[in-house]
Amino acid sequence: MHDFLFQIALFIYFFAAAGFVAHVITMRKGAERIAAMALSCGFVVHTIAIALLWHALGHPPIVNMHETLSFLAWAMSGSFLIFHHYSKVKSMGAFATPLIVVVMTASSMQHDRMLPLPPALKSLWLPIHATICLLAYAVLALAFVISIMFLLQERQIKRKRLGGIFRRLPSLDALDSAAETCIKIGFPLLTLGIVTGSIWAEQAWGAYWSWDPKETWSLITWFLYAALLHQRFTVGWRGRRAAIMTIIGFLTLLFTFIGVNYLLPGAHTYATWYD
Amino acid sequence: MNKPEIILLGVNHKTAPVEVREKLALKEEETPPLQLFSEIPGCRETVFLSTCNRVEVIACADTPELMGHIKEFWFKRAGLDEAAVRDAFYECRGTEAVKHLFRVASSLDSMIVGEPQILGQLKDAYRAAAEAGSAGLILNRLLHRAFSVAKRVRTETRIASQAVSISYAAVELARKIFGDLKGKNALLVGAGEMAELAAQHLKANGVTGLAVANRTLQRAVDLARDLGGTAVSLEELDQELVRADIVISSTGAPGVVITADQVRSIMRPRRHRLLFFIDIAVPRDIDPEVNSIENVFLYDIDELKEVVEENRAEREKEAMKAERMVEEEVLKFVSWIDSLDIVPVIREIMARGEQIRKQELAKSSKCLNDLSKKQKKAVEALTRSIVNKLLHHPVTSIKQCRDMQNSDEFIAAACRLFNIEGAGHEEQRSGKAQDSQDGHAEQENVT
Repeated sequence: MHDFLFQIALFIYFFAAAGFVAHVITMRKGAERIAAMALSCGFVVHTIAIALLWHALGHPPIVNMHETLSFLAWAMSGSFLIFHHYSKVKSMGAFATPLIVVVMTASSMQHDRMLPLPPALKSLWLPIHATICLLAYAVLALAFVISIMFLLQERQIKRKRLGGIFRRLPSLDALDSAAETCIKIGFPLLTLGIVTGSIWAEQAWGAYWSWDPKETWSLITWFLYAALLHQRFTVGWRGRRAAIMTIIGFLTLLFTFIGVNYLLPGAHTYATWYD
Repeated sequence: MNKPEIILLGVNHKTAPVEVREKLALKEEETPPLQLFSEIPGCRETVFLSTCNRVEVIACADTPELMGHIKEFWFKRAGLDEAAVRDAFYECRGTEAVKHLFRVASSLDSMIVGEPQILGQLKDAYRAAAEAGSAGLILNRLLHRAFSVAKRVRTETRIASQAVSISYAAVELARKIFGDLKGKNALLVGAGEMAELAAQHLKANGVTGLAVANRTLQRAVDLARDLGGTAVSLEELDQELVRADIVISSTGAPGVVITADQVRSIMRPRRHRLLFFIDIAVPRDIDPEVNSIENVFLYDIDELKEVVEENRAEREKEAMKAERMVEEEVLKFVSWIDSLDIVPVIREIMARGEQIRKQELAKSSKCLNDLSKKQKKAVEALTRSIVNKLLHHPVTSIKQCRDMQNSDEFIAAACRLFNIEGAGHEEQRSGKAQDSQDGHAEQENVT
């Protein structure tokens, strides 16, 4: 049942993404409204799917890669919906929702085997640590999307090409401050994620920090975002440089999240756990 | 039966100078002009539209002579000599009048094509007429259609979305960089006329602070006073550049006034806030290299002109699309008007009766086959007579309704009672859902 609902959510997300893209192309308001409504429906269905899976497993479904990616997509659509509701960044849906669809598709292509939880992961810290981390990733993914939009728009204005893209994207200031908001939310979550992970590590393995590749790369990511925020607050970094930094930060994050599991062996191998 | 005819007459900015338009607006009159016009005999419905660019009377005429009566009356009241203004006047009837009104509402007939104010003014004129009771079935419908045509043109074409003057283009660009211009600071370097115009536009769009730097301080002080800003000397330029968000430069200096190094050095003190330079001086005041500095954007006069040209070309294309839409809507409206004609209505009713009679006879033909020829004939005559008797009174009432006050509504009701969908009702069928929606929105707008 949960799998069926997952497929439906994926389909609805796809429809919503198509709607947002159609809105950007045709500039019809109706398309955006329908797309936003569809995304909300998809989010609800997805929520139910995750809840059912949780019930069936008896632990939060954030252990293997399929579950983790699904949860990430869920968190992304949730935070995008909140964002869309409160501070509307014009045309953002057309950039954010396709990314959600990509994450969902990646999730659906992963093995989804329900095996009992390995003893090392049996802890209250699992849901706390993993949830916080994934929420941080979701919000930082939005910052990444907004930064791409910023670079696009900045390029149009610099090169004096004031065509369709120029007209459809929001103002530079709006994009810049939206990205800043996302990082201001995402960074504390990331920090909290690392701290809770460290506490859990102490309980599970007896050491707060053991320089496991995942830990190392999280720290690198954390430093990147910390540097970005620091520069923003002290010398007022913004615009192009901040956008590029946000994108680099997210790519590092992506590597930490996925790359490390496949390339470097360590304790966080949830991706390859059962393979 | 003379069908009500829509007529439209007046002058606009293209045909008559402002002195004539002023007089025709009849502002001096004690009674509102709308009332004066509606009291002219033969004038069934009236709307009076008076803006700074046009004065027009839209009326629903009972007699073809009404046009002449209105003109005669109007010239007398305005104190104008008919021969002198005859050429300035446009007079349209029927389809032409509908088309003219639709084009006016869609801002295709405006001085600046696509400007949005005219629709509001037309709505005001309609509201006044509706309150005075001088807009009846036909003009109600006509104006509502005009509003929805305008809405369609505005949403389905990009006619109203582009800047067609340099200072508009500058504002549009500033908006795309800063979003809201509220709280932003502008700096004028040099006090040229075009810079003044651009500054006015920026101010009108929310720019809060304004500083004027000029070689001769007196001119800076004068301009600053006019625009509501502060005057600064050229020596303070660096300081001012730190504060400013939008810089408009228009000095007559032969060389570069603002160098790239200068701008680079102020970026740190201004905490890398975005900075927009508009260089409208010839020769240019600002080093073109400035555009390559991070978070700094520079547009010179030629680049702005290019934006304007592109927009203008685009707008012309969009205007053609809009004209097509107007044509389409005019056809729809005219066919509705035609449907109000009684002759086709009566013909339809009779045809409907005959059709039902034949259908019912055909149904019973099996049982009637045994009848003799004579009996068959009697049945034929009997059914025909029933249909005729039934329809006799409705048809004569429709024929007589031309003398009634609300004959149009009467005919419309008759059409509905007999479920007639004549040629003129095509539109009602196809556009029903949309119609009711539009009607709803418009109702909100006018009340």
